[in-house]
Amino acid sequence: MPVKILAAGSRVTAFLDGEIDHHSASDIRREIDDAVRKYKPSTLKLDYSDVTFMDSSGVGLVMGRFRTLSAFGGKLIVSNLSAGEYKIMRLAGIEKIAKITLKEDKRK
Amino acid sequence: MKAENEFRLSFDSKSVNEGFSRAVVAAFAAQLDPTIEEITDIKTAVSEAVTNCIVHAYRDTVGRIYISAALTGDNTLRINVRDRGCGIEDVKKAMEPLYTTLGSERAGLGFAVMESFTDKLRVRSVPGKGTSVTLYKKISGREQG
Ligand SMILES: Nc1ncnc2c1ncn2[C@@H]1O[C@H](COP(=O)(O)OP(=O)(O)OP(=O)(O)O)[C@@H](O)[C@H]1O
Ligand SMILES: [Mg+2]
Repeated sequence: MPVKILAAGSRVTAFLDGEIDHHSASDIRREIDDAVRKYKPSTLKLDYSDVTFMDSSGVGLVMGRFRTLSAFGGKLIVSNLSAGEYKIMRLAGIEKIAKITLKEDKRK
Repeated sequence: MKAENEFRLSFDSKSVNEGFSRAVVAAFAAQLDPTIEEITDIKTAVSEAVTNCIVHAYRDTVGRIYISAALTGDNTLRINVRDRGCGIEDVKKAMEPLYTTLGSERAGLGFAVMESFTDKLRVRSVPGKGTSVTLYKKISGREQG
């Protein structure tokens, strides 16, 4: 699975793994939405630490999860983006709907 | 400009081919000794163009996608991604950031990403006939830094 879900208290964290494109996004989306419906978290965090590639499908993924989440007023965090991923998120203005943070070490 | 080296490839418009096709172009570009960032730029732009063929051009069917890439001298890579799908009625409008004709999981960002990750983007499309996207990327390479 290209995503691992961790639920703790009112927070769900989705650790994304590998390449996010149109092909892989549908499985990732299903896993996250299942968890969001089950736990109804007040915060959903998408962790991009282990993402090795992302195109605009990774942005569609964030926008779609924002919609799922806003059905019950949850907050969205997108963390540990590489510089390139951050640039793509900013092109779409994702910072207006989610808190986005860069990866601290610049290895990616 | 005349090509110094060129490859051509065609494959079915199945989503499983997205990863393989961007990797092929990146591998071809390797002869210019690109930086890791330049490789990522190329892969990202190609992924956008190929995905558009799969999700838009051949929306309800499986068709053929044609990629070619050429080195044109001056360390420039020219990549062409072409389909014989539905075509685009209004290219200018399609290229506006956040414009999409497909529902909630698409950001409408593909052309904006192609534009920002390459040096030049040319789109030609004929409704009912297909679309051709040409991307130009100058590779500064690891030597020059
Ligand atoms: N090869 C193509 N054939 C037919 N229509 C296309 C093609 N490429 C793009 N389009 C049209 O142009 C629009 C914009 O494309 P763009 O890639 O910018 O956004 P998107 O594909 O809708 O969303 P995203 O790329 O963020 O997932 C598409 O919604 C589609 O209507
Ligand atoms: Mg697109």
